[in-house]
Amino acid sequence: MTELNTLTLAEARDKLRSGDVTSVELTESCLKQVESADALGAFVHKTPELALDQARAADARIQAGDAPAMCGLPLGIKDLFCTKGVPSQAASRILQGFRPEYESTVTQKLFDAGAVMLGKLNMDEFAMGSSNETSCYGNAVNPWRRAGDAAALTPGGSSGGSAAAVAADLCLAATGTDTGGSIRQPAAFTGIVGIKPTYGRCSRWGIVAFASSLDQAGPMTKTVRDAAIMLGAMAGHDPKDSTSADLPVPDFEAMLSGDIRGKVIGIPAEYRMDGMPAEIEKLWADGTAMLKDAGAEIRDISLPHTKYALPAYYVIAPAEASSNLARYDGVRYGHRASLGQGDGITEMYEKTRAEGFGHEVQRRVMVGTYVLSAGFYDAYYNRARRVRALIKRDFDQAFAAGVDAILTPATPSAAFGLGEMAEADPVQMYLNDVFTVTVNLAGLPGISVPTGTDASGLPLGLQLIGRPWEEADLLNTAYALEQAAGFVAKPQKWW
Amino acid sequence: MSIDLEKAAKVAKLARIKVEPDALPALAQEFNNILGFIEQLNEVDVEGIEPMTSVTPMRLKRREDIVSDGDQQAKVLANAPDAREGFFAVPKVVE
Repeated sequence: MTELNTLTLAEARDKLRSGDVTSVELTESCLKQVESADALGAFVHKTPELALDQARAADARIQAGDAPAMCGLPLGIKDLFCTKGVPSQAASRILQGFRPEYESTVTQKLFDAGAVMLGKLNMDEFAMGSSNETSCYGNAVNPWRRAGDAAALTPGGSSGGSAAAVAADLCLAATGTDTGGSIRQPAAFTGIVGIKPTYGRCSRWGIVAFASSLDQAGPMTKTVRDAAIMLGAMAGHDPKDSTSADLPVPDFEAMLSGDIRGKVIGIPAEYRMDGMPAEIEKLWADGTAMLKDAGAEIRDISLPHTKYALPAYYVIAPAEASSNLARYDGVRYGHRASLGQGDGITEMYEKTRAEGFGHEVQRRVMVGTYVLSAGFYDAYYNRARRVRALIKRDFDQAFAAGVDAILTPATPSAAFGLGEMAEADPVQMYLNDVFTVTVNLAGLPGISVPTGTDASGLPLGLQLIGRPWEEADLLNTAYALEQAAGFVAKPQKWW
Repeated sequence: MSIDLEKAAKVAKLARIKVEPDALPALAQEFNNILGFIEQLNEVDVEGIEPMTSVTPMRLKRREDIVSDGDQQAKVLANAPDAREGFFAVPKVVE
């Protein structure tokens, strides 16, 4: 018999509805896995009692014939989401001990739909990082290893704990957030599916803010179908987030036909980076051929401002972060430094923030402070926002010319070793987001789909970028790609 | 544009993050690397391009100007490192 924790959301939902299993059984199966997987560093706050309470309530709903989409399905929740009464600290020391008095809109929607929370998942501190190595909890570890090599690899970041937990079957799916690639890059590094929806599709209310014009929540799942199911439950207008879109949420799952005949798939020349590994190039060519075989029209396109996306991002994201993170001052929540004789309020702020923020967060807050400071605001910040407008225009023009979706690699490499980038310049780490960051700047939906492995057996993913608000069409194209690629590999259990 | 120690110290002060003097040289170097990377933006012709303000053209929602939330002092203070008599407590600000 299949272990219950290895089921997809769709399989588990169907078994729950047919009475083959109960949510309590599913939840217990996942909790057992979570308990034995501390070596992965994925779950950082476990909530088994809450999970079993929610599972029992879900079973009662199912019995009563009231079983919405996510009813009874055990999930992991990224630590960035505020969850009522449960530690929510964005993997930062500065939020040590913080237990929100409220629930984020996205987790509330999932709970309203009957979902079960197993606990909170590891991540980079304040979602700033691409390897989960800036977390105050320590590293999350990729369940995948290179063939014949026990070296610990990164699950990617910032949603590294979410990616590791889903890939290792500790939970059926997890929430992630994506500011520059933080859902799609870890999904690609762990052989799972991750979608960042259109900016405004999911409410940001109650999600610890990093860069508010870029942040967006999304599901990280085992299959494209699961992503469609879970996104449907997470999405929707929220009066508490003025940037959330007042648009109907379609039934994403119902639109998964796998029929992409006649769809136009753009292949952007500028994503063919110098020095791109042959494996990534082949993965991309193979994916292109798969979509062509499925009846899509392949078209070469140009997105000329692509190379300026990362530098624009590393102005805009730190600028917004420096503003958002100003709230961590040791007054209202979290950590406050112990003060010396004669220390005033300024020393309290400075010591608290020096102790509470990790190195990467401090660096980004200060870069943001600099680019927003008097005399540099126009030269850096406003210039970056104008470049951002040009990046968005590139995409607008491609879509106006009839392109339905754009196919690119998700990452420039497979998962790298933990600690491997420790001595590298921060800019080297930033290059991980080179294929994903454009999508955040333009506000578009993007999905990472596992389609192959590298020579050492590690998973690799391709990214599809869609038109704004057309996640349903994007998911359908991803579904066709997933079916053609037939990626079924799983990590060998070592934890 | 290069950042010297004095400028790095000023940025740290503006950001209200205490940086020890011996950490300033490394910090200034990191700033310079990152700013060097950002300098590429100067190659782009942005003449006549408006700064992007929203990702999709949406009119911001308005709401009735009425009290819709509040009256939860205990919850607001629940996570404070130091709360007294219904207030947040901080070191003395005025002499």
